[in-house]
Amino acid sequence: MIDLLAQVQTRQRTGESCVAEDGFCPDYIVANFSDRYLGPFLEHIVLTLVPVAIGFAVAFGLALLAHRRGWLVGPFDGMTGFFYTIPSIALFILLLPFTGRGLVTGIFALVLYTLYIFFRNFLTGLQNVPPETKDAARGVGLTERQLLWRVELPLAVPEILAGLRIATTTTVGLAALAVFAGAGGLGTVILRDTSFKSDVVTASALCIGLAVVLDLLILALQRAITPWRRAAHGR
Amino acid sequence: MAQGGTRAMTVLAVVTEFIDALRLIVEPREAQTGNVQVGGLGEFAYFTGQHLLVSGVALGVAVAVALPVGLYLGHRNKGEFVAVSVSNIGRSVPSLALLGLFIAFAGIGFGNVALVLCLIAVPPILTNAYVGVRQVDPDTVDAAKGMGMTGVEVMRKVELPLAAPLITSGLRLATVAVVATATIGPLADTLTLGRPIINNNVYGEAGPLAGAIAVAVITLLADQAVRIAGRAVTPKGLRLRSDQERESGPNVPSLKRGAQTA
Repeated sequence: MIDLLAQVQTRQRTGESCVAEDGFCPDYIVANFSDRYLGPFLEHIVLTLVPVAIGFAVAFGLALLAHRRGWLVGPFDGMTGFFYTIPSIALFILLLPFTGRGLVTGIFALVLYTLYIFFRNFLTGLQNVPPETKDAARGVGLTERQLLWRVELPLAVPEILAGLRIATTTTVGLAALAVFAGAGGLGTVILRDTSFKSDVVTASALCIGLAVVLDLLILALQRAITPWRRAAHGR
Repeated sequence: MAQGGTRAMTVLAVVTEFIDALRLIVEPREAQTGNVQVGGLGEFAYFTGQHLLVSGVALGVAVAVALPVGLYLGHRNKGEFVAVSVSNIGRSVPSLALLGLFIAFAGIGFGNVALVLCLIAVPPILTNAYVGVRQVDPDTVDAAKGMGMTGVEVMRKVELPLAAPLITSGLRLATVAVVATATIGPLADTLTLGRPIINNNVYGEAGPLAGAIAVAVITLLADQAVRIAGRAVTPKGLRLRSDQERESGPNVPSLKRGAQTA
């Protein structure tokens, strides 16, 4: 019995020598993945997808309004652009007195960041539709509403998805700073001990990996829903 | 009635927190850990100095490296793949992760923070310089060559002035990113304005808020300084009207201007 205990202890110690030296320890990372990294990683995914989805919806509304009423472009642009220029760490903290520490504050700040990216890309997409195309659509009797949903928006899809790609990769990176709003995410893993290589490397790799995977998914979506662009390239 | 009362209390609480943070910037107080005075104008001026110093060194090095490369690639009309990939990779590597990796493998210190910030500044400067030169009308370049200008003259007298607005917006993006990211410098022992944010156990509740206010103000000022400097070196006829400038403003990439990065 004593023998067995002694053995167990020795093994633990050898296993932890790499950890004790703050090294990069693949065995340790694999063994502790679900305890140390999975939670923050899942939080990070939430901190990316939820703000992107909300930002997409809100900016979509703003862009449609501005597209209909041209004078709104300036104010919307100025407002969303202002949030975009405030440093992200500062924004996370400046929101704390209003919304308190936690996931809500993190998501709220990240939504404010995506707004400008989405708004600009939606608007560029809608504005790039050739006037002749719109005239033709009106000529065959489409109402303004039909024109928007059947002609303008489908033609704006490439710009909209380009905006989605940029907003998504940017949000993955900024979500690493949501730890300053007490919202969790992979930033927690980096900040809890910056000298522990295993933590820092794993968190960074997960961050970059998440950005790459999401980017490729949107790229695949883009190819799937805009077949005409591929045809044009093929010619 | 009761609800209105609670709301007024909440507003009051928020205002109090902000005032407390501003007071920490102006006058020193005893640290949470006791015995030492922290905060106050003197300390915040020192943090601001360090903040601007590390940001300035990083931006200076990044400009010296990325601007010539971007201009050259644009001038020779090659390396599009390099210019675009650099900006895409730059966007998906989180600044905190980058600094974390540097601390873990290269250690702490002013030089390492400056190097991380420099890496953050390179992509927007390089890409915008490249795109700026590339988008110059080829006919204009041909006309310049026809007048007998050498490659260097074309670059200096034609391409560079015409690319100035885009180069400036790349510099603004880099400046905002660098000054904002310098906030996490204290993690690597470089005492920037992030100090009261990261060491909130010393500075108390007001610390992060005070640091955040200072960082936000410094970043907006730095952005405007680069905008004005860029405007001064841009030929008059090429200056953007204020509404166009807003459009290229803190400036986000779209498909058409695909290479401008956030």
